[in-house]
Amino acid sequence: MAAWLGDLYWTYQNVVVALGVNGLLALSMYVVLAAGQLSLGQAAFMGLGAYSSALMTLTLGWPFWIVLPASCVAPVAFALAVGGPTLRLSGVYLAIATIGLGEVLRAVYLNVDALGGALGLSGIPEQASPGVIFAVLAAALAVLWLVGRSGTGRAMEALREDATAAQAMGIDVGRVRLAVLVASAVLAGLAGALSAHATDFIGPNDFGFEPAVTILSFALLGGIGSPFGPVLGAWVLTLLPEVFRGFADLRLVLDGLVIVLAVLFLPRGLLAWRMPRKAA
Amino acid sequence: MADAEEGRVTLLATSGLIRRYAGLLAVDGVDLAVPEGGVHAVIGPNGAGKTTLFNLVSGLVAPSAGTIMFAGADVTRLAADRRARLGIARTFQNIRVFGAMTLLENALTGLHPLLTSSLVGIVARLPRFRREERQAVARAREALALVGLQAREGERAAALSYGDQRRLEIARAMAGGPRLLLLDEPAAGMNPAETVGLGALIRRIVDAGTTVLVVEHDMRFVMALSDSVTVLNFGRRIFSGPPAEARADPGVIEAYLGAKVAARLAAR
Repeated sequence: MAAWLGDLYWTYQNVVVALGVNGLLALSMYVVLAAGQLSLGQAAFMGLGAYSSALMTLTLGWPFWIVLPASCVAPVAFALAVGGPTLRLSGVYLAIATIGLGEVLRAVYLNVDALGGALGLSGIPEQASPGVIFAVLAAALAVLWLVGRSGTGRAMEALREDATAAQAMGIDVGRVRLAVLVASAVLAGLAGALSAHATDFIGPNDFGFEPAVTILSFALLGGIGSPFGPVLGAWVLTLLPEVFRGFADLRLVLDGLVIVLAVLFLPRGLLAWRMPRKAA
Repeated sequence: MADAEEGRVTLLATSGLIRRYAGLLAVDGVDLAVPEGGVHAVIGPNGAGKTTLFNLVSGLVAPSAGTIMFAGADVTRLAADRRARLGIARTFQNIRVFGAMTLLENALTGLHPLLTSSLVGIVARLPRFRREERQAVARAREALALVGLQAREGERAAALSYGDQRRLEIARAMAGGPRLLLLDEPAAGMNPAETVGLGALIRRIVDAGTTVLVVEHDMRFVMALSDSVTVLNFGRRIFSGPPAEARADPGVIEAYLGAKVAARLAAR
């Protein structure tokens, strides 16, 4: 590698990692939105993946190639546990319920000593290279693309358009909703584990309400016509603060502004293209 | 169960079906028997409980009391998607096509129960997935051809005219090859030419072996098309029999035109 390229990489390594992790988080938001569910539990799922994987590495000493898939277990278990009671909710009620669940988990991280309390967990070995992170992101994109172009993808879109009509077509609404919640938990859990093993430190405030809204803004800005939209949205919103370094303190304001402007002027997102639903 | 007069099997039978909405009895003890084959109409003044009856039969609304038998099985407690899988398909009074999806994709959703591939099969594009998808596309195209929309399969459903969206809804409901098709006011908002076309379409559907149960306000349409008519008023069944008799029945005339007019007509 040329010396200047190496310098560039070391300078921006955090940004490169963030592009991959945020891309995964955007996809975790996408799968629920694509089926018409407004869940804001993605940050909570991410936190479960991050904390559980950090503990597996730090206290159990498991190798990373086991830790990474195992990091999905806790988020998926949580998704299955909250899935039953929350699947009857939709729209803003589901959003509120999932925000609440995220705050409950944040309080747990803050108050359980084994999880480091307010100090969080540090000294996590940096085992998640950008190569691994982008390989996971590419795999997730490929899976969502292939599933999107199948009966399952059509069922998800039918559910988003009209759940009653979808049910009358023989689509098991509850099953699809639970499945997308579990898929969302897997993607966010992986993002959490990768992020924890790329930045050496995790703390309770990394997974609260703020990141939940930021993840939503990725998908809203990018558009949910295809899985590429949310990733594009995540990349734009990850790079913008780097471009406007001076506005660092106003990040949340910018995120909110982006959501408002996107809803007003780009209701279908930056990438309005809708993926076809037929398996070629 | 066999219909004594015609020797046909009863496809759908409700008994003592009741649906209560906060003191209002939308459906009040309705017994309905639909033999397999033919067109059967449910008519009645506004608010008679026709759409609620359809929602009860298709499973979108749970009954307060009573039972629903379909093809000899008790489906009273089954969810709507399970009933769809047994062969009860429907359209809606207020059109509910999937607007952002293409016509072909709309028809494909009607075939959802036939797609059984696992996640692995879908992602790996295994042979069974490819075969199922290919068969589903072929059947979806047949359903579009049935309603005459095959040439527009790639267009967005939202771009269709009102009458065409109604026909697309019928194609989506027919794609899976249902035994019973519930049509909720299919002629509403159609011009006379479209209504004639709709009548011919329903004939084709019946000839292909699907039983049709239709709620409709257009009397000429109902009388010309139906083999039997059930008349509801205030949630109760007040008549059941051939359409010609329904027109002459004093109770039916009273429900539609009021007691005074019915008495004057009877005196003539």
